Amino acid sequence: MPVKVVIPSPLRPYAGKRESAEFQAKTVGEALGHLTTEFAELRKHLFTEDGKLRSFVNVYVNDEDIRYLAKENTPTKDGDTISIVPSIAGGCF
Amino acid sequence: MADEITLWISGHLAEKIRLHGAETYPHECCGALLGRDSSAIAGVDPEKDVLMPPREILSLFPLVNRRDDSPRNRFSVSVDDVRAAEKAASQQGLEVVGWYHSHPDHPARPSEYDRDHAWPWYSYIIVSVQNGAPQDMTSWRLNDDRQEFSPEGIEIRHRAAV
Repeated sequence: MPVKVVIPSPLRPYAGKRESAEFQAKTVGEALGHLTTEFAELRKHLFTEDGKLRSFVNVYVNDEDIRYLAKENTPTKDGDTISIVPSIAGGCF
Repeated sequence: MADEITLWISGHLAEKIRLHGAETYPHECCGALLGRDSSAIAGVDPEKDVLMPPREILSLFPLVNRRDDSPRNRFSVSVDDVRAAEKAASQQGLEVVGWYHSHPDHPARPSEYDRDHAWPWYSYIIVSVQNGAPQDMTSWRLNDDRQEFSPEGIEIRHRAAV
């Protein structure tokens, strides 16, 4: 059983309107790599130009924030669910 | 991508956003826009179905600005708040289609900081609050290339379609 990646509403237009996608992956980084290879338009919304996850992109494995695990090296196993959850920020100047 | 898109909202909800901006002045207010986007409804082609609004706000989910360090020129919505907004939307059969915030003593135009932190697809409503009084209200969507926002028309409806 592969790893499931849940795609948030704002990114679905760049992923064929899919709510989720499944990949064989041993780490979170590998799963996100597969996701942005299959849906290349997603990449700039998830990663900065130097390949780092954008600061307002939060990634969870089964409700655990990967920042408190091993970040993108967090291991995944069959049946895990990876969620991409936006945090929202802005300001007038 | 978004220059011809129009957002529908009732006068009542538009006024609630403006009042929220006045209440938190001189700090920025923020909240989630709950509604429907016809492009996300199966079987609906927004370009052909003229009776179906492209995007409609049907409820608000006001939030607390988490930027205690700089609330006059910054707002932040935590992941827990995002999840709470999504849950509230789901319970009403809606989804989070955007976010609103205020610009105290600044125009209702997105800043560079707004653009850098924006997500595509969402509608971003900004209300300008000058000396405590709400003024212009605008809506914006981030372009696909993330380089700039496009303005989104706001259409005030007496009673939003359900």
